[in-house]
Amino acid sequence: MTMILGAERGRTMEEAYPIQQLLDPEGKWANEELKPLLTEERTKSFFENMVRIRTFDRKAISLQRQGRIGTYAPFEGQEASQVGSAMSLSKEDWLFPTYRDHGATMTFGHSLCNVLLFWNGRNEGNIPPEGLKIFPPGIPIATQIPHAAGAAFAEKKKGTKNAAIAFFGDGATSEGDFHEGLNFASVFQSPVIFFCQNNQYAISVPQNKQMKTKTIAQKGLAYDIPSVRVDGNDVFAVYHHVTEALERARSGNGPTLIEAVTWRYGAHTTADDPSKYRNQQESQVRRDRFDPITRIENCLKANGWDEENWMFGIKQKAVEEIDQAVEEMERFPPPNPAVLFDHVYKNPVPSLVRQKEYLLDVLGADNS
Amino acid sequence: MTSSVERKPLTVAGAINEALSDMLREDERVILLGEDIGQNGGVFRVTEGLMETYGEERVIDTPLSEAGFVGAAIGMAANGLKPVVEIQFLGFIYPAYEQLMTHAVRLRSRTMGHFSVPIVIRAPYGAGVRAPEIHCDSTESIFTHMPGMKVVCPSNPYDAKGLMIAAIEDPDPVLFLEPMRNYRSISEEVPEGLYTVEIGKGKRLLEGQDVTIITWGAMTAVSMKAAEALSKQNISCEVIDLRTLSPIDEDLIASSVQKTGRTVIVQEAHPQSSVANDVLSIINETSFLYQKAPVAKVSGFDTPVPYFGYEDFYLPTPERVMQAVMKAVDF
Repeated sequence: MTMILGAERGRTMEEAYPIQQLLDPEGKWANEELKPLLTEERTKSFFENMVRIRTFDRKAISLQRQGRIGTYAPFEGQEASQVGSAMSLSKEDWLFPTYRDHGATMTFGHSLCNVLLFWNGRNEGNIPPEGLKIFPPGIPIATQIPHAAGAAFAEKKKGTKNAAIAFFGDGATSEGDFHEGLNFASVFQSPVIFFCQNNQYAISVPQNKQMKTKTIAQKGLAYDIPSVRVDGNDVFAVYHHVTEALERARSGNGPTLIEAVTWRYGAHTTADDPSKYRNQQESQVRRDRFDPITRIENCLKANGWDEENWMFGIKQKAVEEIDQAVEEMERFPPPNPAVLFDHVYKNPVPSLVRQKEYLLDVLGADNS
Repeated sequence: MTSSVERKPLTVAGAINEALSDMLREDERVILLGEDIGQNGGVFRVTEGLMETYGEERVIDTPLSEAGFVGAAIGMAANGLKPVVEIQFLGFIYPAYEQLMTHAVRLRSRTMGHFSVPIVIRAPYGAGVRAPEIHCDSTESIFTHMPGMKVVCPSNPYDAKGLMIAAIEDPDPVLFLEPMRNYRSISEEVPEGLYTVEIGKGKRLLEGQDVTIITWGAMTAVSMKAAEALSKQNISCEVIDLRTLSPIDEDLIASSVQKTGRTVIVQEAHPQSSVANDVLSIINETSFLYQKAPVAKVSGFDTPVPYFGYEDFYLPTPERVMQAVMKAVDF
C-alpha cells in the first residue's frame, strides 16, 4: 500500500511523500513485490505508445514551423506520465485534458487527425471518437478540475463504476479552481483522479517561485485526499499508481491526487523560447539521464525483448500513421462560416440567424 | 384539473419553489446545488422543504465555493444531469464568472454540439430591500454579453414558475435572475402542474398609445406605478416586461415602439454597457423612423450600487420614470 495520508512528526514533506519508482533510470526493475507488472506485452505496449506520441509531437512542431498548423504546445519528456495514466483508464472513464495532454488523449483513443485539427484552429478537432468521453482541452489553467469532479459525481449518482481523470500542471495548483475542485470531490467522495504532471515550470516560472512547498502531493492532505508522488518518467510507476487510484475510485473510496514529477524538454509552446527563462543544459542533462523512452528501451534490452525488427517496425508504423493523419487534416474541408453560428445554442436565436445570413451574404456563400 | 383543496395564491418565491419541486418530481436528472439550500431552505426560503421531500442526494448543500460548484455542475450537466445551481446573491457570482464565460457557454460550440451544458443558475438580484453591500447588484449585462447564455428575469409569480420550468427544460445554460424586491411583494393564482413561459418572449403588462415603457424585473412595479399616475393625466403608457434579457424579444419591442413612437427604458442597472443600450440599439435598427422623440433611459447610475443608506437615491423611482415620459411626450 503506497497511499500516504500525511507526514509523521519530524519528517519533511519530501520524506513523507517519497517519489515512487518501479523502473529505475537504467531500466532496472526496482520493486520485487510488483514484479508481476513487468510483462513483455505491457512493456512493449508502453514503448510503442510512447514512441508514437513522441513522433507525433516532433512532427507537430515541424508542421508549426512550416506554417501548416498554428501555435503548438509540445510535451516531449512527459510521455511516461501521459501514456502510463491513459493506459490505466477504462474506455468508459472521463478524461479532462489540458492543451499539453494530447499524448494522453491519443493514447486513450483520440483521433490523431482531430488533434491536429484542434491545433490548426478547428473546433471539429474537439469532437472525440464515438463512445470516448474526452473533454476539449482546458485552456484557462485549472478550470477543468471542477468539471472532472462534477462528471465523476454524476457517474457515482448514476451508480456506475466509471471514474474521471483531470490532467493539470504544477502551476495549476496555485489556482482557486484546483482547491475548489479538490474540496468538492473530497466532500462528495467523487470517483476522480487529480493527475498533476509536475514538469517544474509554468511557462517560465519554476516551482520554487510558484509555491513554497517542495511537493504538490502534500496539497491533498488539506482535503483528506490520499496523495502520492511518483516518478513521472517511469511509465510503470505512473501506470501502477493511477490504476490503484482508479480502483479506489471505483470501489467508492473517492478521489486521489497524484503528482507525477517530470520535465518538458522544450518550450511552453512554439511561441516561446525556453532558453530565455531556464538553462537548457538542464534539459539536456535530464534527457541524457532520465529520458522516459530511453528508460523503457533499456528495460526491453535488459529483458531481451528488443527485437530489431519489432523496434524498427513500430517506429515506422508511427511515422506512417502520423503522416496519414497529417494528410487527412490537410484534406479536411475548409471552414464553413455557418459553423460559427450553428452551435452557439441548440435552437438558433433570432439575432444569430440574422448575423449568419449577413455574414453568408457578405461572403457570397450559400446559406444552407 | 379538479382539486378539492383550494390553491393558495403564490408569491414569486413560492412559484419558483413549486417549479423546482415539480421538476424534481418530473425529471430524475434534475438536482439542486447551492449554499444553504438544503436544511435551511435557502436564505430566501426559495428551496424550503425540497430537501425533506427529495432528499440530500438531490438537494445538495455545497461548500462555499462558487467557482467550484458551478464548475462541478458543468461537469455534471455534460454528463447527463440537469443541475439547478443557486448563487446566494448575484453579487457573489463573480468567482464563477470564469466557469460560465469560458466553459458553460462555450462547450457546445467548442465541440460542435457533441457536449452541452443544460444548467440553470439562479441568482437573487437587485437593490431596494436594505440588504448589505454587494448583495444588491444588478449586473445582468455581464451575462447578456456571453454568447451561448440565456438570461431570464421574471417579475411575477406566473412568469417565475413558467420561466423556471422552461429554463430547466432548455438545452443550454440559463441565468435565472430573481428580483429580491418582488419575492414576496405580489401573490397571485398560479396554475398547478407544469407549464412554460417561452424564453425569448416579453409580455405587454399594460396596453397604451402614447409612450412605451420597456422594463424588467423589479422595475416593472416602478414602471406600472408611473403608468398609473400618468393615466390620470391622460397619458397612456404601454408597459412591456421583457422577461427575457437574452435573447431579447425584438418583435414585441418593435411593434410597440412603432405604435407609440415614444420610448422610455427603465432599468436599475448601471447605464453604461447595459441591457437598456441593447434595447436602444434594437429600436434604432427596427424603428428609427417611427420615433417622435429621443429614446430615454431611466437607470441606476455608473456608481457602485451604494450602501442601502443611499439606495433610494440610486434606484429609479416612479417620479423619475414619469419625468422621462413627460419629456418624451412634450418633445
